[in-house]
Amino acid sequence: MPLFAFLIIGEWYFQTMSVELTVTADDRRVARFAAAAIVLTIAEAAIPSPLPGVKPGLANIVVLVVLLRHGWADAAWVSLLRVFAASLLMGQFLAPGFFLSLAGALASLATLALTVRLPSRWFGPVTHSVAAAFAHMAAQLVVARLWLVPHDGVFLLTPIFATAALCFGAINGLIAAKLLVELDQ
Amino acid sequence: MREWLPHLRPGDWGTLLLGLALAGASFPLLWRGGVADRAVVKRDGAVLAEFALNAARRFEVEGPIGRTVIEIAPGRARVASDPGLHQYCVKQGWLTRPNSIAICAPNHVSLQLTGKDSSFDSLNY
Repeated sequence: MPLFAFLIIGEWYFQTMSVELTVTADDRRVARFAAAAIVLTIAEAAIPSPLPGVKPGLANIVVLVVLLRHGWADAAWVSLLRVFAASLLMGQFLAPGFFLSLAGALASLATLALTVRLPSRWFGPVTHSVAAAFAHMAAQLVVARLWLVPHDGVFLLTPIFATAALCFGAINGLIAAKLLVELDQ
Repeated sequence: MREWLPHLRPGDWGTLLLGLALAGASFPLLWRGGVADRAVVKRDGAVLAEFALNAARRFEVEGPIGRTVIEIAPGRARVASDPGLHQYCVKQGWLTRPNSIAICAPNHVSLQLTGKDSSFDSLNY
């Protein structure tokens, strides 16, 4: 895994340069989850998609697990670290895809900040996941409309994106729910 | 399938239904997109003819390299034949959406559909 090599080299670099960086247990946890999310993003990039933008978003499973186990702040760190690091590794940093990804992540995190306040007895990971998936899609469509495609034609794709958001949101939520149960055992 | 059901809490079903309703509502809302009601045939950018898309008919245009045949049908239009080398405008098939356009560049002929709102065309898109 080049990423782990990267992290190890990074740690060695800071140690040998005797840079005073205090790494807390929280930092390590966020880094570990972020690494998992990045790996999922890169693995997912290899899956062919019929339409740019229709992706399972597997990294969001990690974000959901972090959200429900460690809180929104950690989830935000993992989500944004993933967006930046994965785009750097794939050479997409500051490309249009990066901004679409960032907009989607920010909208998802804003939505999760709201849904996580819902009573957990009634609303579980599936609700968070589906809501975040729709927010992700909506933000990307708006950014695409305002910036990339100066024409309402992009909105013709809404039904496809909404269907994908519903399906992948539900599946990711279920996987996250199962993971959470297994992690608690 | 059944082993996943316990992971759904009561409210999650509501969320799923809401998502389904949103996705379902987006289909007719956004795929309507206006109706094409006229076809405009141009040669060298000048309008040669305009047809209402309510009756079938054929229209022939003589261009620099030959004859382009436009076919009009209720609600749609196409370039039926063209002397161009690559046949791009013919392969586009029937045009149905407002502002869609087929351009037979070698013969300087274009066929465009117009609707009530013609602010953008398929080239812009």
